[in-house]
Amino acid sequence: MMMVKHIENGTVIDHIDGGKALEVLKLMGGPNSSTVVIAVNVPSTKHKKKDILKMEGVYVDERKLDLISLIAPSATVNIIKNGKLVEKRPVKLPTEVSGVLTCLNPKCITNKDREPVTTKFTVEKEPLRLICVYCNKEFEGTSLLTA
Amino acid sequence: MKDIISISDFSKKEFTDVLAEADKMHSALQKGKALDTLKGKIMAVMFFEASTRTRLSFESAMNRLGGSVLGFAEPASTSMAKAETIADTVNTVAQYSDVIVMRSPFPGAAQLASEVSSVPIINGGDGSREHPTQTMLDLFTIKKEKGRLDNLKVAMIGDLKYGRTVHSLCKAFNNYFKGIEFTFIAPEALAIPNEFKKGKYHETGKLELEDADVVYMTRIQKERFADPTEYEKLKSVYKITPKILETMKKDAIVMHPLPRVNEIDWRCDSDSRCIYFKQAYYGVPTRMALIQLALRGGK
Ligand SMILES: [Zn+2]
Repeated sequence: MMMVKHIENGTVIDHIDGGKALEVLKLMGGPNSSTVVIAVNVPSTKHKKKDILKMEGVYVDERKLDLISLIAPSATVNIIKNGKLVEKRPVKLPTEVSGVLTCLNPKCITNKDREPVTTKFTVEKEPLRLICVYCNKEFEGTSLLTA
Repeated sequence: MKDIISISDFSKKEFTDVLAEADKMHSALQKGKALDTLKGKIMAVMFFEASTRTRLSFESAMNRLGGSVLGFAEPASTSMAKAETIADTVNTVAQYSDVIVMRSPFPGAAQLASEVSSVPIINGGDGSREHPTQTMLDLFTIKKEKGRLDNLKVAMIGDLKYGRTVHSLCKAFNNYFKGIEFTFIAPEALAIPNEFKKGKYHETGKLELEDADVVYMTRIQKERFADPTEYEKLKSVYKITPKILETMKKDAIVMHPLPRVNEIDWRCDSDSRCIYFKQAYYGVPTRMALIQLALRGGK
């Protein structure tokens, strides 16, 4: 087992498909000023290879955590407080994503200045796509996530 | 109260009900019977984008029902020019009226309006997305003129890539009716998007109308082209002329959402199969039925 510093407070995202950690980190908003440890292509029993992402002092919006499922469907989220694991759960594909993503259609009402509206997308599987509830535009796969 | 935002919000039963109600309105209009079912009700017309035809059709419908109309028809004449949000404008106008018909260039604006308004919203077109009352009147026209909405050969012509009326009509046929065979006639640059290629269809660049029961003609719009020479090349690529009419079935119908430019020769107008002005009339009973549904319907 590789030695990676344990974190006292923060979020560990485990079982990320090999090579996808950077995409997940970008979705989480990048490293900003926090300490982030990324382990890439770690041998794993469950998968051939997995990535791990440890974010010190960072707690992410639940809705955003579930978006990880669009990139890495078998990822697990571990919430750590005062050195203790307080929550461990798999990410689950949401049926609807509200507020955390921006519609890429420039004409969409959700992109109009000052209108009191929060973005909302329905998630469709096979093929994976997000559909804007307002302008009805469909976005393939993860195209909205890292835009 | 029921908002009318998207054609996909209708169940098959609601479709049938609206068309039946439109038919009742049509009969009353034909008999010259005055209706006053919406006497004392006010319809506000909020057009953030000009569309004289749609606005007049709605206003006629409300007047025919005995109600009254207020509103604005251009963004320049509204507080939008003073940078008020659409949401605030809708919220305010809802205080003055019982139902709002709204048109805007922003896709999703009607949905937003329905979330903030205290009165029902009827979408009179929002950007590229939806124009449900147009689709409903197109269907009513076909029902009246062909007697059915199943088992039809439908030819769609012109700007099939951006044509909103074409997209909504395809969707409605695919979702609610059976035995439809489409012929999509368009230049390659304006071909029908894949999502509408469902069921039985074929695509061609040629104006082949021999088999069609319904011919749905659309205008190729200048604003769709970045390159004006490309527009010049394509604008008159399809034209219905008396000669073309000769090749068509005796009981076919030619529709057009109007306004037309030169894609249908005016010499065709006297042919009884060319029903586009009648189609505009059918918009009135259809919108009468929809305004009533919006004011009555159980939301
Ligand atoms: Zn949108």
